[in-house]
Amino acid sequence: MVNTKVNLCGIELDNPVIPASGTFGFGYEFAELYDINCLGTFSFKGTTLEPRFGNPTPRIAECPEGMLNAVGLQNPGVDAVISEELPKLAKCFHKPVMANVSGFSEYEYVTTCERIDAIDSVGWIEVNISCPNVHGGGMSFGTSAEAAGQITRAVRAVTKKPLIIKLSPNVTDIASIAKACEAEGADAVSLINTLMGMRIDLRRKKPIIANKTGGYSGPAIKPVAIRMVYQVYDAVKIPIVGMGGVSTAEDVLEMMLAGATAVEVGAANLVNPFASRDIIADLPRVMEKYGVQNLTDIIGGAH
Amino acid sequence: MTQGIYEILSNVKIARDVYEMVLSGDTSAITAPGQFLNIKIEGLYLRRPISICDWDGETITILYKVVGEGTEKMADMKAGGKLDILVGLGNGFDMTCSGDRPLLVGGGVGTPPMYGLCKRLVAMGKHPVVILGYASAEDVLYEEKFHEMGVEVRIATVDGTRGVKGFVTHAMDGLDYTYFYACGPIPMLRALSDASVTSGELSFEERMGCGFGACMGCSCKTKYGNKRICRDGPVLKKEEVIW
Repeated sequence: MVNTKVNLCGIELDNPVIPASGTFGFGYEFAELYDINCLGTFSFKGTTLEPRFGNPTPRIAECPEGMLNAVGLQNPGVDAVISEELPKLAKCFHKPVMANVSGFSEYEYVTTCERIDAIDSVGWIEVNISCPNVHGGGMSFGTSAEAAGQITRAVRAVTKKPLIIKLSPNVTDIASIAKACEAEGADAVSLINTLMGMRIDLRRKKPIIANKTGGYSGPAIKPVAIRMVYQVYDAVKIPIVGMGGVSTAEDVLEMMLAGATAVEVGAANLVNPFASRDIIADLPRVMEKYGVQNLTDIIGGAH
Repeated sequence: MTQGIYEILSNVKIARDVYEMVLSGDTSAITAPGQFLNIKIEGLYLRRPISICDWDGETITILYKVVGEGTEKMADMKAGGKLDILVGLGNGFDMTCSGDRPLLVGGGVGTPPMYGLCKRLVAMGKHPVVILGYASAEDVLYEEKFHEMGVEVRIATVDGTRGVKGFVTHAMDGLDYTYFYACGPIPMLRALSDASVTSGELSFEERMGCGFGACMGCSCKTKYGNKRICRDGPVLKKEEVIW
């Protein structure tokens, strides 16, 4: 029997598979399809202080081996998440959940994290400083080491829960940003968020997406993600949650060999609603195939 | 919603750029006309949402227009081929509101869901009247099949090559109806909504990521709050639509 358990910032996961924020809602749509308690955990829909409708539609475009999205952090706001979404989730998910928080100012990040910190069912807070689809916030905090460090320090002050900073790949040196987060007290970093991209409609001769640009995700970006996880593993001591195009159990092993302690699955959930469940079910077979007894043993194994 | 592998029984061209595909497989997840499928197509990442035209215990019929990469690939598919499909997506039309003489309006490839709806309303003993609108005579879909159900059918074409010249709203003159159901381009839905004298339901389209409510890619604002076209729609009540 192989052992798929990993430990992420002091909390044991049955397996390293974590549906990524924005691809899994607040879980209950998927709970209608399968028992989501098979997951390591999942990162819920990016939550902001105030309710947000997000960007105009179209928000989605097809891409080679992937998709562009510019949803723009649509969510009901932190108070409704706490009073409405999380009680619904509690009925179908009985493990610690990963909260995903975004904002447009330091005040918003801090206040949202403070409110989330009070929720017992939240195991980790993943702070998104890398959303490419909003203006005047999101990614602008994640593209300089200084700003990333500043947000990390500010939210660190209001929560004792494990703090994971979600990093943008749309930068020249992701390792220096990861280091800044580590120095300011982050317990882990997660990467990569989507790559900023654009597609143009040949009939209309205009960008397909109303926001013009969107974030590219899916298997196409996996090599970029593997490379960045590998680089960040060399730069920091804190654990890494790896993501970017992960769609199979083989991808999970590859991401862990690059340096990830746990692995998020994003776009795959949207084209196959059972993707995360299927990856988990297939993990033991793939581990045996590659001679892996304990998944923990291969973290960073490619270095 | 269910996910399954479906076999293509037939795939034939029935009008300009429009094909009828009959699929065989589990149909148990379909609960109402107006729901849709989401089809995985080899070589493309995102599934393609297509409305359900009709279904029975073992088969599903869809009509689709070739408008892009996905539907171009579908047009080349042959009987005997297999497709990975999510079935029974969206809310569909509420047939309990129809009254005795509901008006069904289909514009272009908005026609297919009207067929499945009409069939079921007739089976319930209702007396629907159908208006179908197209650009031209060569775009007309399923006219015979609607006639076979014994319902009144009015056709409108923009160029006047079949039926009334103009839009579906021009074919509404003197019509008595108890409720309306519509699917078609947004300008048609809006004109119909404005011209209608009863309550009704309208089916909307949007580019979708997942088709089952997870990605928030197809959200819209309504008078009753934000809704996802794929999950809370595609059918919205006339009273809630913000134009």
